[in-house]
Amino acid sequence: MNLALFGPELTLTATALAVILLDLFIERKGLLALLSIAGLIVSAGFTVALWGTSEGAFFDTFAVDSFALFFKLLFLGIAALVILASTDYVSKFERFRGEYYALILLSALGMILMSATRELISIYISLELTGISLYVLSGFLKDAKSTESSLKYLLLGAMSSAVLLYGMALVFGVTGETQLDKIAFAVYSITLGTASANPALILGVVLLIVGFGFKIAAFPSHMWVPDVYEGAPTPVVAYLSVGSKAAGFAVILRVFSTAFALPDWLSSSWGVIFAVLAAIGMFVGNLSALPQTNIKRMLGYSSIAQAGYLMVGLAALGAAPFAGVLGQSGVLFFLAGYALANLGAFAAIIAISNKVNSDLIDDYSGMIKRAPVLTLALSLSLISLIGMPPAAGFIGKFYIFSGAVHSGLLWLVILAVINSVISAYYYLRVVKVMWFNEPASDEKVPSSGALRLALLISSLGVLLLGIAPGPVLELARNAANMLGF
Amino acid sequence: MPSVGLEHYLVLSAVLFSIGLYGVLAKRNAIIILMCLEIMLNAVNIALVAFSRYVAPTLLTGQVFAIFVIVVAAAETAVGLAIIIAIYRRHDTIESDKIDLMKW
Repeated sequence: MNLALFGPELTLTATALAVILLDLFIERKGLLALLSIAGLIVSAGFTVALWGTSEGAFFDTFAVDSFALFFKLLFLGIAALVILASTDYVSKFERFRGEYYALILLSALGMILMSATRELISIYISLELTGISLYVLSGFLKDAKSTESSLKYLLLGAMSSAVLLYGMALVFGVTGETQLDKIAFAVYSITLGTASANPALILGVVLLIVGFGFKIAAFPSHMWVPDVYEGAPTPVVAYLSVGSKAAGFAVILRVFSTAFALPDWLSSSWGVIFAVLAAIGMFVGNLSALPQTNIKRMLGYSSIAQAGYLMVGLAALGAAPFAGVLGQSGVLFFLAGYALANLGAFAAIIAISNKVNSDLIDDYSGMIKRAPVLTLALSLSLISLIGMPPAAGFIGKFYIFSGAVHSGLLWLVILAVINSVISAYYYLRVVKVMWFNEPASDEKVPSSGALRLALLISSLGVLLLGIAPGPVLELARNAANMLGF
Repeated sequence: MPSVGLEHYLVLSAVLFSIGLYGVLAKRNAIIILMCLEIMLNAVNIALVAFSRYVAPTLLTGQVFAIFVIVVAAAETAVGLAIIIAIYRRHDTIESDKIDLMKW
């Protein structure tokens, strides 16, 4: 086997271990952030060098294809932006700064493994690697709210991974395989009749959906989202809101389009499940976000709704798995745009809440006078989250919804558009408070160079993806094409 | 006398899983919730090993899967206990209904 295929992962592991070790000797902890970012860049370099390969490694449990590489670049970028945005925040910690960066790197490792595995055992391991690092990170502040959020995150996370495992065990029991392509082969011959007589397969698939739903903050397993978003350290929230969600969608897309795309009755059944969950999730997320006064909690509910929009793409995939990759490439593009927009929003929130010591929307009044750059970036991110042009969110939603219309899910698209309108209300309320209300004081809000850089990258990214989406769409289409259609 | 077959193991596994799930949802003490999570994971292990024995007896995939589950569950419990200690220091309780700073 060719170890070069594993280059990005090995680099990331080595960097994380080096960060932990050097933390013991180095006095200037800022260097650790630099080292982490250097490791991420080298890892991204390996990823780019692997571009175009389509191979399996470790007895085919691990795929190196354009789908995995697309997500690897996304996760490495997310981790780098989060580290840039958190240097300020972390400098307040008295201890454990090295561990903070190392845990970010390790969960990034889990995420890039999630996008690449095509075997149930390694999916579970990488899922838990991501999850456990994030549980620890969300309790990092050790104050009352942070510990509470990490306990809730851990208990619900462990419960849904147990549910996921039970689903995996049932699928393994029906097919006798853990490799996704071999599962597909075994499932192919099962008719609706035999499956209704012996519902283990159907039950297994449903449990898989519920279990993966936790990672993407989708409707039935979304209870942890608002509390963790409110309580956990803001950079960690930024990280898990985009990283965990994108990794979950990577796994779902691979598992469902590889293993359960055929027979037709199976794909249309899970398509309907995703459609119903998407519809409920959008309404639950958006309606609960309306009365929120805490901006982090509001973004938590909005993230449940965003998972709903993304699941419209999954529903389209299930309804017509061979109708082309419009919907799936839309999901990938949407994830990239959502990542940039959310990271931008949270970077601005980190800087503002550092100054005003509050996450209440009312305390953002008149921010345009106190922090014009931050306000501009935050407004742009929120506009992208609504899905208005010229931001990236518009293109992503456009492709997902047109994919769904092509698959005959017009009713779901209508519901999604109604929801986008509802969501505009609470996103624009924040914009209105920042631009038109009177500021509480005239003090400027300071922000560090690293945070400004993160803000600049994400804002430019949002605009670029919105104005010239071509190249990234092409990448997303190539990636979606890999999934065995 | 009928011999013990796959369905017996599966029923045992389903019963254990349900007991664990009930415990997670109904119990208040965080440590007991962690124990119930362990029951759920071990129910999965029983199912995995039984499937491995009866469905794919020539491969050891199910057994290997179960071993991985045990290892990950140990890691998860270690982190869980650490978080519970941190909770106890801040909240002076590990009753989950009293840890309610954040609510709707």
